Amino acid sequence: MSAREKEYRVDYLARVEGEGALYVKVRDGEVVDVKFRIFEPPRLFEALLVGRMYYDVPDITARICGICPVAYQMSSVHALESIFGVRVEGPLRELRRLIYCGEWIESHILHAFLLHAPDFLGYADAIRMAKDHPEIVKTALRVKKIGNDLVALMGGREVHPVSVCVGGFYKVPTKRRLEALKPELKEGKALTKTLLSWVAELNFPSFEQDYEFVALSHPKEYPMNEGRIVSNKGLDISIPEYEDYFEEEQVPHSNALHSRIKGRGSYMVGPLSRINLNRDKLADETREALADIGFSTPCRNPFKSIIARVAETLYAFEEALRIIDEYKEPERPRVELKVRAGRGSGCTEAPRGILYHRYEVSDDGRVLSAKIVPPTAQNQKRIEEDLRAIAPQLIRLPRERATWRFEQAIRNYDPCISCATHFLRLEIEEE
Amino acid sequence: MAAPRPKIAVFKFASCDGCQLSILDLEEELLAIGEKFEIAYFLEASRAVVKGPYDVGLVEGSVTTPHEAELIREIRAQCRYLIAIGACATAGGIQALRNWKGSAEFMKYVYAKPEYIETLDKSTPISEHVKVDFELRGCPINKYQLLEVMSALLAGRAPNIPNYSVCVQCKLNGTVCIMVSQGVPCLGPVTQAGCGAICPEYGRGCYGCYGPKESPNTSSLAKRFTNLGVRKEEAVNMFRLFNAWAPGFREVEEKLVG
Repeated sequence: MSAREKEYRVDYLARVEGEGALYVKVRDGEVVDVKFRIFEPPRLFEALLVGRMYYDVPDITARICGICPVAYQMSSVHALESIFGVRVEGPLRELRRLIYCGEWIESHILHAFLLHAPDFLGYADAIRMAKDHPEIVKTALRVKKIGNDLVALMGGREVHPVSVCVGGFYKVPTKRRLEALKPELKEGKALTKTLLSWVAELNFPSFEQDYEFVALSHPKEYPMNEGRIVSNKGLDISIPEYEDYFEEEQVPHSNALHSRIKGRGSYMVGPLSRINLNRDKLADETREALADIGFSTPCRNPFKSIIARVAETLYAFEEALRIIDEYKEPERPRVELKVRAGRGSGCTEAPRGILYHRYEVSDDGRVLSAKIVPPTAQNQKRIEEDLRAIAPQLIRLPRERATWRFEQAIRNYDPCISCATHFLRLEIEEE
Repeated sequence: MAAPRPKIAVFKFASCDGCQLSILDLEEELLAIGEKFEIAYFLEASRAVVKGPYDVGLVEGSVTTPHEAELIREIRAQCRYLIAIGACATAGGIQALRNWKGSAEFMKYVYAKPEYIETLDKSTPISEHVKVDFELRGCPINKYQLLEVMSALLAGRAPNIPNYSVCVQCKLNGTVCIMVSQGVPCLGPVTQAGCGAICPEYGRGCYGCYGPKESPNTSSLAKRFTNLGVRKEEAVNMFRLFNAWAPGFREVEEKLVG
């Protein structure tokens, strides 16, 4: 390496889900190479689904990710229900939102406070951060626990819950059991307001990009399970049109396939995109809290995604409380299905952004093919573009600080590498 | 003077992260764990890395690449106690479904150019590669069982992890048997407890995520499933999930046919 060249590398990224690496090369002050590399071993989910019965799909796909199993269950059941021509409405639809609220809470707080916040304050991890900021870390852990309690009540346990099935649930909770969780949820809502004020005061690097934000959008509600796929640059399509507008490409500087919008390029999915595109659908207290901290949208600073995550956590508490208040126990835990052959897709808002599933099944309900596009695969190209764009302001810093800031720029996206990998091409290049 | 805290390391192989996430899901105990143990290597949680050797190594995930097969040997050499956590580490996980077909056939479904991916034909548990001191079952593990294992390590005693079946747990919970009362096929009789027997409580049959209990009578149960109207192929598939490669579940097809 010549004196004019600088390399920044992290061979195993910490505080992200899964196994990834970072590599940035600078020559004469110019960024010549950027890689957000994945070395997580592939687990070949699309292949192992082939030949399985439709009812195994939500349980199997949940195992793609231990942090957002509900998202995999939701996208898969919606895709399969579209094949069988059923819609899940009323209280069952509401309960699906409710379990998703729990997952958003635990996943967002995990990332915001245990994985991301330590970057802003210069701690290696949240346990070390807790020595100086015990109240914030304890509050976050308490809120996270309430989210997990909600998932566990709905699904038996917080990781890989067991109640979700095609058509609804194996068993639905009684009104009384849900009511019993209300004091905790109210506590969580109040604590999250404190957390939101706290993250709003963090020191944010000044960095903005002209992103294409992509999220679901629904006429009546903040999007979780249903809606059209929209963007701030004019995209507005139905879920079955996804593969007509999005593609995966192989780029020379990277080992991984990247999602892109055909004819345009990279895009961002996740909480910042959702909030930028759906702010008016947030519930009252969240809207007010965002106004109080002066959060303006569209927000183009990816470091502020931590604010969006905590704001969505607050929304999830409001929404969970609304659902429980209005809940009427359904007559049956699931709707009748008539299994038939076909092809169908589902797309829901995982904590990290839209998660697209498409299946083809035979007339006896056996999976013939599966395609899964997780949020992290969609954000990858954008992550690398962020690294490239932020490099000029970082290369003046001491190496360790610059490297850390590069890592933080990746963590802005809360990447979930286990999710992305069954889909990425794995090829380690020799440097 | 206080004894030095044991150094603990957490390693990830092919997995979903759910088992190591269980450590972070111990919300009420996490800070105490940080006091009792020196968290020396846990990349999911911290960018600070303390070099080995370690007193305790927790390993999540299965071995699926030549690199991982090398790595687990190095890790074994670095750890006084090596504990496999979760169905991937103890049985090869859901990705062990490839073991019946070989990865080449699977790979072509997922990747346009499968020749670029270096992967082993089989997904195998940690114990097929190195000596493992303790195996904690589950897909995912039960976080309180993990806490029990960690407490036992601190106290220098054997962990108290029951190895009875899910059926026993249902009786303890007072859950009515869904196979007897509703004819729902259930892996409870051959599956080790640990999950809390949640599936029968939630109205469905156990799907075996804690793996086979000691000497499970799988062929008898599989025959019972076929008597309940389950097609033979589906009865086999019920065992072919998260612990498919675990001895006890692995041979179900031959047993059912034979």
